[in-house]
Amino acid sequence: MNSQVLLSQLLLGLINGSFYAILSLGLAVIFGLLNIINFAHGALYMMGAFCALLGMRWFGISYWGALLVAPIVIGALGVVIERLLLRRLHGLDHLYGLLLTFGLALIAEGLFRWGFGISGEAYPVPESLRGGVDIGVMFLPLYRAWVLGASLAVCLLTWFVIERTPLGARLRAATERPQQTQALGINVPVMVTATYAVGVALAAYAGVLAAPIFQVNPVMGSNLIIVVFAVVVIGGMGSILGAIVTGLGLGLIEGLTKLFLPEASAIVIFVIMAIVLLMRPAGLFGKAT
Amino acid sequence: MKNPQAVRYLALVLALCAAPFVIYPTFLMKVLCFALFATAFNLLIGFGGLLSFGHAAFFGGAAYVCAAVCRNFGFTPELGVLAGAAYAAVMGALFGWLAVRRSGIYFAMITLALAQLVFFMALQLPFTGGEEGIQGVPRGRFLGLVDLSDNIAMYFFVLAVCGAGFWLVHRTIHSPFGNALTAIRENEARAVSLGYAVGRYKLLAFVLSATISGVAGGLKALVFQLATLTDVHWHMSGEVVLMTLIGGLGTVFGPAVGALTIVSLENGLADKVGSWVTVIMGFMFVLCVLLFRRGIVGEWAAWRDSRHQKNQLPAPAQAAPR
Repeated sequence: MNSQVLLSQLLLGLINGSFYAILSLGLAVIFGLLNIINFAHGALYMMGAFCALLGMRWFGISYWGALLVAPIVIGALGVVIERLLLRRLHGLDHLYGLLLTFGLALIAEGLFRWGFGISGEAYPVPESLRGGVDIGVMFLPLYRAWVLGASLAVCLLTWFVIERTPLGARLRAATERPQQTQALGINVPVMVTATYAVGVALAAYAGVLAAPIFQVNPVMGSNLIIVVFAVVVIGGMGSILGAIVTGLGLGLIEGLTKLFLPEASAIVIFVIMAIVLLMRPAGLFGKAT
Repeated sequence: MKNPQAVRYLALVLALCAAPFVIYPTFLMKVLCFALFATAFNLLIGFGGLLSFGHAAFFGGAAYVCAAVCRNFGFTPELGVLAGAAYAAVMGALFGWLAVRRSGIYFAMITLALAQLVFFMALQLPFTGGEEGIQGVPRGRFLGLVDLSDNIAMYFFVLAVCGAGFWLVHRTIHSPFGNALTAIRENEARAVSLGYAVGRYKLLAFVLSATISGVAGGLKALVFQLATLTDVHWHMSGEVVLMTLIGGLGTVFGPAVGALTIVSLENGLADKVGSWVTVIMGFMFVLCVLLFRRGIVGEWAAWRDSRHQKNQLPAPAQAAPR
């Protein structure tokens, strides 16, 4: 086996891993504040990709524009979803949140399947990122390098905002003790809405990044979200850096499996989840509940 | 009559026996299979408080097993269904053993992920026929005697098996085991402090629920004479959740009512609206969760109780100590 195949597969694994990281990060932050597992996360990722595709087709928005517009559009949709629907579930068993967002995911998937069919459409790689460079050990496609860098940057930015800024400190306070935080004069309901919006905007951002690599199709989100659930179970939702490391690591392992045992690549993450449940039921970075 | 409940059950059984001569039997058999599936699922969520998002793995997996043994090894239908149930029991034990380590939201995610494992196996294993599934499954002869290719005979076979399944679930709910499950759902910490081995109870409930789902899946494979990827897809897991939710979580008859509702809806809509079925199901989820959490049977029971209370308004005076 030559090193080109190995390294490009590893790179693709890392890219997948960075998507796992962004999505599980969003899930964890939303779960922390809203106590809801957002099943619609995959659907919103898919809608982010469609935003880029349709924005280009209907309004001529470039890739770089889409990278900004899609998260804003989907974030606004998130505000509507949170204000109109999720807020009403406050105080109920959080299984209801899962069921409601599952319904939303079905609606989104069904609508897009009705509009665009199931086969998927290609999104062109932006002009400036076509081609690649030879870095000695391998030929590095520019776009893939950019995706890896852009998604890692966003992951680290999220980590920085939450762990190292006053805003993040308030967010963490509201996660731990919502009522006490509210009593100290911080507007928790607005924070909840904003958190949901930012969480789903992250998913849309990942969707735009993914559009030129994979086909843009209505089921791209649901296939991904189930894997991301397994990633969340493996990593636990306790730590931001933990989610990033778990996501990247699992993406790498999946990439390697694709190379050496292709028929197992679809299931390797689920198998790892089973093993982690046996050894450390709370997850690698989770706190025991 | 002394026992109105017995009369009602008798009327229900008579109606079910007469039904295939009035209504299309295949439709009825589909409803019965899904009613059994949803009832088995409800055992877990309604009485154990465990939301499994992976029951398609048992239903669909058992359909594959039943279809394969009946077609390839010439099993009789009752042995085929038993083989499916045995598969579901083993898988249920395995999944349950892993999943009961976590509760609540994690339980749902774990079961969903494990079911996806079964989906990919069904896609890739040599005997499952990939995208095609297993087609042309013979219904065979019940005990080698009764030819089930006749729809009416098949209906009564399905009715008998489902009846036994309903009875088993009913007995389980009203047994000391069922009470212990309810106690765990209501207050797990207290159940632990009372000395119940909570994990073992959950696991047993999971295996039971999976096994009965497997029976339903095996029957479904025989009725339609095929097993496909649709049966193991996560949409199927979602569908059974919706049936139970719309009928009423934790009610005895709710899941069956929910199954009847959803299957009729699908049959009525499928040719008219096509892919909108998914959208409609999604809206039903949203509406049920927001406005209708008790489900059809739950709302009906609540309405009946409130009327009952109104009729007995002077009750506090009567309730004086004797």
